[in-house]
Amino acid sequence: MAMAAENLAVRTPDTANIKLIARDVSVYYGEARALKGVSLDVGSNQVTSLIGPSGCGKSTFLRCLNRMNDVIDGCRVVGDITLDGEDIYDPRLDVVQLRARVGMVFQKPNPFPKSIYDNIAYGPRIHGLCENKTDTDEIVEGSLTRAGLWKEVKDRLDKPGTGLSGGQQQRLCIARAIAVNPEVILMDEPCSALDPIATAKIEELMDELRENFTIVIVTHSMQQAARVSQKTAFFHLGDLVECGDTQLLFTNPKDERTQGYITGRFG
Amino acid sequence: MTELSNPAATAIRRPDLTGTRLKRRYAAEARFRAYGLAAVGAAIGVLVLLLVSIVSNGYTAFAQYHIALDVTFDAAEIDPDGARDTDVLRRANYLAIARTALRAEFPEVTGRSDKRALAALMSGSASQTLRDLVLENPEIIGTTRRVWVKSSDDIDSFMKGHITRDSAEADRRIKDQDIAWLDKLIADGSVEAQFNSTFFTGGDSREPEQAGIWGATVGSFLMLFVTLALSFPVGVLSAVYLEEFAPKNRWTDLIEVNINNLAAVPSIVFGLLGLAVFLNFFGMPRSAPLVGGMVLALMTLPTIIIAARAALKAVPPSIREAALGVGASKLQAVTHHVLPLAMPGVLTGTILGAAQALGETAPLLMIGMVAFIVDIPGGFTDPATALPVQIYLWADSPERGFVEKTSAAIMTLLAFLIVMNAVAVLLRKRFERRW
Amino acid sequence: MPLLILAATLLLLIFAGYHMGRSRSIAVSGGATHELHSRPQYYGVYVAVWCGMPSFLLVALWLVLEPQIVEMIMVSHLPDSVMSQGSDQKNFIINQITNLATGGIVGSDISPEIEAAAGEYAGMRQTGFAAMVVFALCIALAGLAFSRQQIAKTLRARNRVETIIAAFMVVASTIAIATTIGIVLSLLFEASRFFDKVPITDFLFGLEWSPQTALREGQVGGSGAFGLLPLFVGTLLITFIAMCVAVPVGLYSAIYMSEYAGPKMRAIAKPILEILAGIPTVVYGFFAALTVAPFFRNTGEALSLEVSSESALAAGIVIGIMSIPLVSSLSDDVMNSVPQTLRDGAYALGATKSETIKQVVLPAALPGIVGSVLLAVSRAIGETMIVVMAAGLAANLTVNPLEAVTTVTVQIVTLLVGDQEFDSAKTLSAFALGLMLFVVTLTLNVIALRVVRKYREKYD
Repeated sequence: MAMAAENLAVRTPDTANIKLIARDVSVYYGEARALKGVSLDVGSNQVTSLIGPSGCGKSTFLRCLNRMNDVIDGCRVVGDITLDGEDIYDPRLDVVQLRARVGMVFQKPNPFPKSIYDNIAYGPRIHGLCENKTDTDEIVEGSLTRAGLWKEVKDRLDKPGTGLSGGQQQRLCIARAIAVNPEVILMDEPCSALDPIATAKIEELMDELRENFTIVIVTHSMQQAARVSQKTAFFHLGDLVECGDTQLLFTNPKDERTQGYITGRFG
Repeated sequence: MTELSNPAATAIRRPDLTGTRLKRRYAAEARFRAYGLAAVGAAIGVLVLLLVSIVSNGYTAFAQYHIALDVTFDAAEIDPDGARDTDVLRRANYLAIARTALRAEFPEVTGRSDKRALAALMSGSASQTLRDLVLENPEIIGTTRRVWVKSSDDIDSFMKGHITRDSAEADRRIKDQDIAWLDKLIADGSVEAQFNSTFFTGGDSREPEQAGIWGATVGSFLMLFVTLALSFPVGVLSAVYLEEFAPKNRWTDLIEVNINNLAAVPSIVFGLLGLAVFLNFFGMPRSAPLVGGMVLALMTLPTIIIAARAALKAVPPSIREAALGVGASKLQAVTHHVLPLAMPGVLTGTILGAAQALGETAPLLMIGMVAFIVDIPGGFTDPATALPVQIYLWADSPERGFVEKTSAAIMTLLAFLIVMNAVAVLLRKRFERRW
Repeated sequence: MPLLILAATLLLLIFAGYHMGRSRSIAVSGGATHELHSRPQYYGVYVAVWCGMPSFLLVALWLVLEPQIVEMIMVSHLPDSVMSQGSDQKNFIINQITNLATGGIVGSDISPEIEAAAGEYAGMRQTGFAAMVVFALCIALAGLAFSRQQIAKTLRARNRVETIIAAFMVVASTIAIATTIGIVLSLLFEASRFFDKVPITDFLFGLEWSPQTALREGQVGGSGAFGLLPLFVGTLLITFIAMCVAVPVGLYSAIYMSEYAGPKMRAIAKPILEILAGIPTVVYGFFAALTVAPFFRNTGEALSLEVSSESALAAGIVIGIMSIPLVSSLSDDVMNSVPQTLRDGAYALGATKSETIKQVVLPAALPGIVGSVLLAVSRAIGETMIVVMAAGLAANLTVNPLEAVTTVTVQIVTLLVGDQEFDSAKTLSAFALGLMLFVVTLTLNVIALRVVRKYREKYD
């Protein structure tokens, strides 16, 4: 199953199904407009990356997809986003349900101050995925295995999650997100706080995960985007400038702003 | 590289996002939120209950019922020589004059016990009122005037509705006979409620209708003066030293831990300290504002030091560096630049500390302020009492009339505290800078 | 009054010294003040300090030591008939003499010896005072002259003044330590005199508290029991009831205000909690005695329960109300310092707000919350006025909240308010109680502060 890093992006993207559709999405923080009319399709079972210079709105857009912007005071989202055809901003839609279907991994690993076992088990427990200890054990083991962490922690599941190294903590957070079996996993610069070896492990993980999940990742590293994603969207100053197949975008960008960013003239 | 133990089985189970489980979770959420709101509501409700209970008991104290008497200032009784000698005037039997005037309204009353009961309708201060009147205007000797004298505290309570006609006579302090007399006086228009200025100008008294808080207020403010005069300079100097000059070593750590602990010591322990050291070892006068002020200064000191240090810490280091860069000495940099900028915070902390000190009672009880003190204190070493102690003493009194006086005194104390806190908040809003 | 005049005179001298110093420095430099080492006002302050400090120190020392010295001399001149009596009686006589001399209240029987001794005492005090005035003024003037003479262009007045001010600051800082030492020493001293009369094991483990002292030898009913336990249990019972009110209400209101409340609600509720915190305890005590206790007694009657009018329930509940703001604001601080990313992690998993708070925020904040509860407990244990006005006086070893109990602080007040003979076991027991109280609250505070500090390190 080992794949060379460069080959990861060569696999043909599965464009048959679209998972998330965003149309004309704008985000306002108070009076300031952070995102201007973004329209984007996210395909199932593939990795879509959002790139762009700092402050261009990519993280803001990512947070719209699981309504984490609701947690921020004064933030207003306008436009349509649908998940499998359902409008996620419909007032009748339960945001708790949404977040169980669309999971998130954050830039800085944030394990709960609980044991590794309890960190993973937290999500399944509140959503009623496990009734007894055996179910929970199964889910914990499965998630940790899929995150590639099981072998390293299986003997210390009751130790605090904060005692792991940075890379392990991030994989723990990924395992925690997986444990609830979401349909989409959003990752906000998941490797920016990690060293190159840990980063490589997580990039490998992403490629394995996309068999069962849809992944959207925000990254400030173009090389990473080129390595892991099949589709890339370039953001600049709140606008979605260009979006398309990763290889094509990087070798033959259509917009000159994209060209400028890729060649390092700014950002 | 990684082994998936039966991915198919675990991939199927998705969270229960519909139906009862979710409903239960939301019900739990609503309950939790309701508890929180209920807690806040309970706190507010208790405060309202407390204030309402105090005010409803206290507002009647600001009015005092008076009885009008047609008093004949009999020259033969007051000034037999006609010399208008103040000593003679002072020592005349005004009580008899007052009683005569009252009995004149009820000529039908005979018998010693009945006459005594009739005289008891008036306050004991009636003779005082007449005396003051004569001393001020000796020309009224020989004339008959209408004078308002205070009614007794029982009559006052009755008129204010604290004692009612309905209860059985044996349970009441006002007998039916008294009520009958009172009714006649009311019908004559001789009973009136007037503003109770004695409450604000008089000192303590055994009789509720004559009791006032002026003595306690003067005592409190004398003490507060001593407290601030001692704790403000010492507190600010300590804070400046600890924050700006002291080397970071074990000694200063110890001082800091010490100050934090002192701030949490129960106030009664400070009272014990005052008793053992100031009263017994140094032999200072008991119940003096000086001693009370010193004890409260020790109590307020940690508060001021902590507030001042926080204010000093908030001033950015760039200001100190700028001053030093121009060649100022460290002390000059602090006194000319840092301290003025930190002053609003320091003053706010001091005012809040003073407000706390104003309300303290326990340490003052320890240094002997439980005595019954009638005179207004004249200096720092005269025996005095303080407003909260006065409240405590009145609360202990058996007379019913003291309940409203205690509540009114509490209202006054709370008024002072509100003013002080408002000043502190105003100061903070207008002058404190956010760096 | 004469003391005030002396103080005013010294202040005037200090003022004059400042001006003299300042003008002399200008004169010495011939008008070219930039040639002086320091600005002229520093020379002025230099002279002023040399004038004022020695004299004020002298006056302070004199005021403190003179009464003791004079008393010693007077005692040494007392006739043997007085000196041979027991120490209690001797102190009583000495007190009579000093009271008589200073114009205080005395008892009825004043023998001619006492009057003579009082006259001697008063005379010596007056001489002493006159001597103090003379010495103080002399030293002030000497200091003024000496320092003024030193003024020269090269005199580093500013440095010297700053050193003096630094010394003042160090002294000021040590006053806090001096206070603590003072508290500990005085409590220990008096308490040890108590333990001379009553063994410490009786005190700590005795089950009965009825402090009496025999006024005369062999008086019936004179033996007192000084067992601490009923007081301790009473204190703990009331504190427990108080925490049952304060912790849930305080914690839930902190949760609501930091997680759920909108800015309008916060703007109303926070000031109200601050008001609750600022109400003097004597007001709470009055409220307890006037409204709360009768309410419980009447409700008890209606439910045919025997509720004392000084029940632990009433006192405990009011102490709890007083503690709500403390628990609330400390818990609020603690919960706010839990990093937002933990909450975000839980929300992103699809947890509801209450689930996040209950299962992620509160466990993370737990050490800090425990610390704040400990601080509130310490405050409740040391609370005096509310229990004095609403709780009972008789020691009663029970855990029934409907009965009247008494606490350590109530006993301290009862024992020391009123006539005291300073050597009786009864009065000294108050200091022993005070020592207990101090030790317990200090321990709780140290633990609480350490817990809070350790917790804060985790997240910073």
